[in-house]
Amino acid sequence: MDNNKNWIDQRFPLTKVWNEHLAEYYTPRNFNFWYFFGSLAILMLVMQIVTGIFLAMHFKPDAATAFASVEYIMRDVSWGWLIRYLHSTGASAFFIVIYLHMYRGLLYGSYKSPRELIWILGMVLYIALMAEAFMGYVLPWGQMSYWGAQVIISLFGSVPYIGHDLLIWILGDYAVGDPALNRFFSLHVIALPLILAVLVFLHIVALHTVGSNNPDGVEIKSNKDKDGIPKDGIPFHPYYSVKDIVGVVVFLMLFSAVVFFAPTLNGYFLESANFVEANPLKTPDHIAPLWYLTPFYSVLRAIPPMFGSQFPGVIGMFSALLILLALPWLDRSKVKSIRYRSAPYKYALGIFVLSFVYLGYLGMQPVTPTNALLARIFTATYFGFFILMPWFTSIGKTKQVPERVTGK
Amino acid sequence: MKKTLTTASVLAGLIISFAVTANSNGIHLDHSNADINDQKSLQNGAQLFMDYCSGCHSISLMRYNRIGEDLNIPAADVRKNLIFGDGKIGDRITSSLSKKGAEAWFGTTPPDLSLVSRSKGGDWIYTYLRSFYADKSRPFGVNNSVLKNASMPDALWDLKQRKSSAEFDNDVKDIVNFLNYVSEPARLVRVDLGYKVLGFLLVLLILSYLLKKEYWKDVKYGKWKAKS
Repeated sequence: MDNNKNWIDQRFPLTKVWNEHLAEYYTPRNFNFWYFFGSLAILMLVMQIVTGIFLAMHFKPDAATAFASVEYIMRDVSWGWLIRYLHSTGASAFFIVIYLHMYRGLLYGSYKSPRELIWILGMVLYIALMAEAFMGYVLPWGQMSYWGAQVIISLFGSVPYIGHDLLIWILGDYAVGDPALNRFFSLHVIALPLILAVLVFLHIVALHTVGSNNPDGVEIKSNKDKDGIPKDGIPFHPYYSVKDIVGVVVFLMLFSAVVFFAPTLNGYFLESANFVEANPLKTPDHIAPLWYLTPFYSVLRAIPPMFGSQFPGVIGMFSALLILLALPWLDRSKVKSIRYRSAPYKYALGIFVLSFVYLGYLGMQPVTPTNALLARIFTATYFGFFILMPWFTSIGKTKQVPERVTGK
Repeated sequence: MKKTLTTASVLAGLIISFAVTANSNGIHLDHSNADINDQKSLQNGAQLFMDYCSGCHSISLMRYNRIGEDLNIPAADVRKNLIFGDGKIGDRITSSLSKKGAEAWFGTTPPDLSLVSRSKGGDWIYTYLRSFYADKSRPFGVNNSVLKNASMPDALWDLKQRKSSAEFDNDVKDIVNFLNYVSEPARLVRVDLGYKVLGFLLVLLILSYLLKKEYWKDVKYGKWKAKS
C-alpha cells in the first residue's frame, strides 16, 4: 500500500492534495447549522449531474418528441420516474441549499476581506446556476416551459437598437421553437455544467487559500500554536467529514420525503400547467417562472415601462442580481458576524430577507393593483439594503469581538 | 432561542399570509377521495373508461398490457373487455375517432387524457363529470358548471340514469382513480418505496450521528492534537 502511494506521489501530489485540502486543512471548530449547506451544495451538483446523465440517455431534444420522451422516461424506462423526480426535485433543492448558503454569508459577513473573491465566484456560480435551471426547465416542453421561455427570452428583444436581431440570434428563429429547444439542451448538458464545475473548483481553491470564516467572524489563523496550527482549528477530515455526513443524511430524509410523497410539491417544484404539451397557439392564463427565479421576475414587473420600452425593467432585474457582487465593498462595518453587529444592520438584514421572500411570493401571483404596489415597495427596500449599506453599517454600536472563537 | 422564535414566527406569518391569498380560483371542487391502492376501484375505473370515454378520448401514453400488469387483470380479460377493435395488447391506447370527424361533430378534437389528472387535478375531473345540466342553447342540450360551454356531451348520462346518485358518484370516483393512475403509473410503487428509503435513512442517521459523536469527543474535551 505504502509502496503504491510512493509510486503515485512521485508522479502526482496525491498525499499533498489530500493533506492540504482534507487531513491538514484546519477548519474553525465552532461551525453551526448554517455551515452544512456548502457540502450539501456539492452533493446537489453531483446528484444533478448523475441523474442528468441518465435522463439525457432517454430524452429527445426535439420539439415534436421532447414532451413524450419525458413521459416515456416516467413510464417505460426502468426507474425512470425516480431519476426524473430526483432531478426535478434536485433543481429546487439545489436552490434552497444555495439560498441558505448565501444567507449564511450575510449572517456572518463571510464576503468581507479577505474573502471577497470567494463571494464573487459564488455569485457568478449562482447566476450560472440560474441560467442552467432556466434552460433545464424548457426541456420538458410543457406549456410553462414554452411560455416561460417565451417571456424571459423576449426580454432580450427590449435591448435598444440590437434587440430584434439579438432575439433572433438567441432563438435561431422568430419565436421559441425547435432550434431554441435544441440549443438549450446543448447548453444545459454541456456548456453550463462545465462552467459550473470550473467555478466550483475555483470557489473551493479560493476558500482553502484564505480558510473558512466562522459564526464568530474571528480569523483563526491569527492565533496559532508553536507548530503553526490554528489553536481554534481542527482538521476538516475526519471531524467535519463525519459531521457533514450527518447533515447529508438529514437533508436526504427531507429530500426523499418530497421525491416520494409530493414530487410536484403542490405545483411549486413541478407546475401542473407543465403537464400539458407546449402549444404556441394557446397562452396559459397565468405565466410564472419556478419559485427560485420569482424574486427577480417580481423586480422586472415592478418597474414600469418607460419611453414605451420594457428595457428599464430588464435593467432593474439584472441590477438586482449584479448588485450582490458589490457587497464586500458596500459593507463598512468593522465586525463580520451578526453576533457582534450593530442594531441597524440587524434590522436592515431583516427587512432585506422579508423583501426578498415577499418579492418571490409576488412573482408567482398574477399582477393586481395591490400586488404591483407591494412589489414596488419591496423592490425599493431590496435595493435600499445595498444602497444604504455604507451608511447603516457605519453607524450604531458594535459589540466587542472575542480573541478566540466561542462555544464548546 | 428568542431569535429563533422570532424568525420562526415571521416565517409562519409569511406562510399563512401566502396560504390565505393563494387559491382564489372561484370554483368549488368536490373531493373524489379516490384511493390509488384500491385495486377493485381501479379495475372498475378502467372498464368504465374504456366503455364510456375511450370512444373519443385517447390515453396514448399508456399501453393495454401495462394496465393489465399494474391492475392485476389477466391478458385474456384485457383482450376481451378492454380492447375494442383490432388493437394488440402491447399497443398504446388511442381512440378510433378521426380528427376530421371530431372537428365536424364537436368543433374540436377531444383531448388526450393521459395527463389530465396532473394538469387539472383529480377533484376537478370528479366535479366536472358530475356537473352537467340541461341547457337547450347548447348543441348537445347540456352545459357544465365547472367548464362553461364545454364541447363535450354528458357522456355518462346513461350511467346516471341507471344508477342511484351514490352509486353514480362512486363510479365517477373510480374513473378519476383510474385517470390518476394513468397520469402517473409510478404512483403505485412510489409511496411504498418512500417509506423504505426513509427507514433506511433513519438507520443511517443513527449510525452517522454516533460516529460523529465518537470523533467529536476529542474536540469537546480538548484532546485533539495536531499530528507532529
